[in-house]
Amino acid sequence: MQIYRSHILVCGGTGCVSGGSKDVIDEFQKELERRKLDKEVLVVHTGCHGMCELGPIVVVYPEGTFYCRVQKTDVAELVEEHIYKGRPVSRLMYAGSEEMPVVPHYKEIPFYSKQERIALANCGYINPDNIDEYIARRGYEGLGKVLSGMTPAQVIDEMKASGLRGRGGAGFPTGLKWSFCAASKGDKKYVICNADEGDPGAFMDRSILEGDPHCVIEGMMIGAYAMGADEGYIYCRAEYPLAIQRLKTAIAQAEEYGLLGQNIMGTDFSFTVHIKEGAGAFVCGEETALMASIEGRRGMPRPRPPFPANSGLWEKPSNINNVETWANVPRIMVNGAEWYSSMGTDKSKGTKVFALTGKVKHTGLVEVPMGITLREIIFDIGGGILDDKKFKAVQIGGPSGGCLTEDHLDAKVSYESLTALGAIMGSGGLVVMDETTCMVDVAKFFLTFVQKESCGKCPFCRIGTKRMLEILERITAGEGKMEDLDTLEQLALMVRTGSLCGLGQTAPNPVLTTLKYFRDEYVAHIKDKKCPAGACTALVKYSIDPAVCIGCTKCARNCPASCIAGEVKKPHVIDSEKCIRCGNCKEVCPVGAVSVE
Amino acid sequence: MAKIKSLDDLRKIRESTSDLSSARTGQGTVVVVGMGTCGIAAGAREIMNSIMAELARRGITDVAVQTTGCIGMCEKEPLVDVIRDGSRVTYGPVTPGDVATIVAEHVVNGRVVDSLAIGRAD
Repeated sequence: MQIYRSHILVCGGTGCVSGGSKDVIDEFQKELERRKLDKEVLVVHTGCHGMCELGPIVVVYPEGTFYCRVQKTDVAELVEEHIYKGRPVSRLMYAGSEEMPVVPHYKEIPFYSKQERIALANCGYINPDNIDEYIARRGYEGLGKVLSGMTPAQVIDEMKASGLRGRGGAGFPTGLKWSFCAASKGDKKYVICNADEGDPGAFMDRSILEGDPHCVIEGMMIGAYAMGADEGYIYCRAEYPLAIQRLKTAIAQAEEYGLLGQNIMGTDFSFTVHIKEGAGAFVCGEETALMASIEGRRGMPRPRPPFPANSGLWEKPSNINNVETWANVPRIMVNGAEWYSSMGTDKSKGTKVFALTGKVKHTGLVEVPMGITLREIIFDIGGGILDDKKFKAVQIGGPSGGCLTEDHLDAKVSYESLTALGAIMGSGGLVVMDETTCMVDVAKFFLTFVQKESCGKCPFCRIGTKRMLEILERITAGEGKMEDLDTLEQLALMVRTGSLCGLGQTAPNPVLTTLKYFRDEYVAHIKDKKCPAGACTALVKYSIDPAVCIGCTKCARNCPASCIAGEVKKPHVIDSEKCIRCGNCKEVCPVGAVSVE
Repeated sequence: MAKIKSLDDLRKIRESTSDLSSARTGQGTVVVVGMGTCGIAAGAREIMNSIMAELARRGITDVAVQTTGCIGMCEKEPLVDVIRDGSRVTYGPVTPGDVATIVAEHVVNGRVVDSLAIGRAD
């Protein structure tokens, strides 16, 4: 293998690709060839680095210099200065804050310093389209170790000892789950990877598949060996074309090496894996619906028992785990259960990947040890609230989760603690909200989502969520009644208890938690007909303070509804009848004369 | 591609690709070539190429080769620094013929080449 003195890693995750990282890679290649440096400098496309907000990301090794927002036009300068002359280009480096003007090294960036990357260990570090790079990072060693010296029972014991729990959301102990399927009798068994990531704002699984597809495949193979399966399915939504493409490449390369197929590594163990593209129904993330979808039937949940461990895909014993769960498996086998269980809390071991989004300074993908506080994630890693506004709430766990407030920021993140607060770990979406977010509107958003995604099988979920949504729509339109709140709570309990699967059982959570922690906002909408955050357009009124207005005409020129009148240098007036409450006038006013209430 | 039949096969691939991880960790011995205008004019590119060739010939993958700008001693260019065991030794002017000696003595065995060294820093 050719030795290169320097490696230029360019992020090829979806976020950075849409930011133009493909052009950046091409330009680096061209520029290096032009300077005859292409034999000593390697350009690599990698998976997601997590700091999507600052993409496209470029990291230059061996120095480990971290560049952000790199454009095609910056490449010539980077090659000339950094690669050729050894002078890092400070204008493109990550600038943390005023106290820390230029932070050149990856490890010193606050965004990464509190992270512990296990599932994401290779994301942003290796070329996901090259199996050798995965092997260079101890890839397939876990499988080799298992096949050459461990019995299936020992593998399951190791998983139990690691304390790994299902990362898809429910947190069921993985080793125990495997033991059920292993104990189940049958000549044919399946392992399945759930990559039907559907929560709004969540992209952990996509990033793992895009950045390190082999670790998921290896994890599935270890599981298959432990449970006696010889065939696997990866159920990935079709909206993830890059993840599917990288998985296909990874499977083809593993087959070429004989790591997939018959008699793997000279043993009796054989394994093949297929990709099933899902059509993007949220309910297909539910395991029984997912399996129905693989079988070619309509994706709808069915009652359990029988559990998939006894009767799953095509009525054969099956085990289904989420992408992040599988990704942890090879690392546990290589480093040992003790290593893994040394991280985290008493009952929640290891790390969890979160997709940090919303009104936070550094959005992106973070992997943190269990037991970290929400404050550390949002303020230390995420850098705090955008534009230094006031923190209001964090929505955790997607449509099944709940909203937590300032009072909960110091709660330690674990399956138990979040459930106790009314939220759930979920798959790991974290949506941060500031003072301009209306909590009734948030509840309405998530309920709209689950209402649309309900498969319709259970009346409580199908009709109950519809009725709840209608009430929320009424409240945000200023037509709510106080008794609506009791009705909401009653309906929520009915939907929760009367639904078959997780979708319906957890659908009321966003409503219940906002009612619990932000009841005054609901009351303000109903009694005062006001939206305290100024977000519900039907309830807000924009007006111009004549004492402050300087008559610059900027608001009138930017009003899409042409509802602002006034002469130059004289106070302007908004016609509330015609106003569409877009907020443009408030944004553009240079003196802050526009108020909203 | 040959099939992987055992852990040993896997290990062989890992060893042949270990350059990947070593070049991306930035740890261990570092060789720095001065690539300011003065260094380039004095032939630093040729030195860089010789260093890369020598490391490849010896199959050394755990050494990082970096470039740097002008340090001020332009008359001694091309300058090559070796950072090993916590101390930094500067060599210059280095000719392509010196590279093999510096790699064999200092990079591999940790013995400073006194006849070529012009400075040391911790």
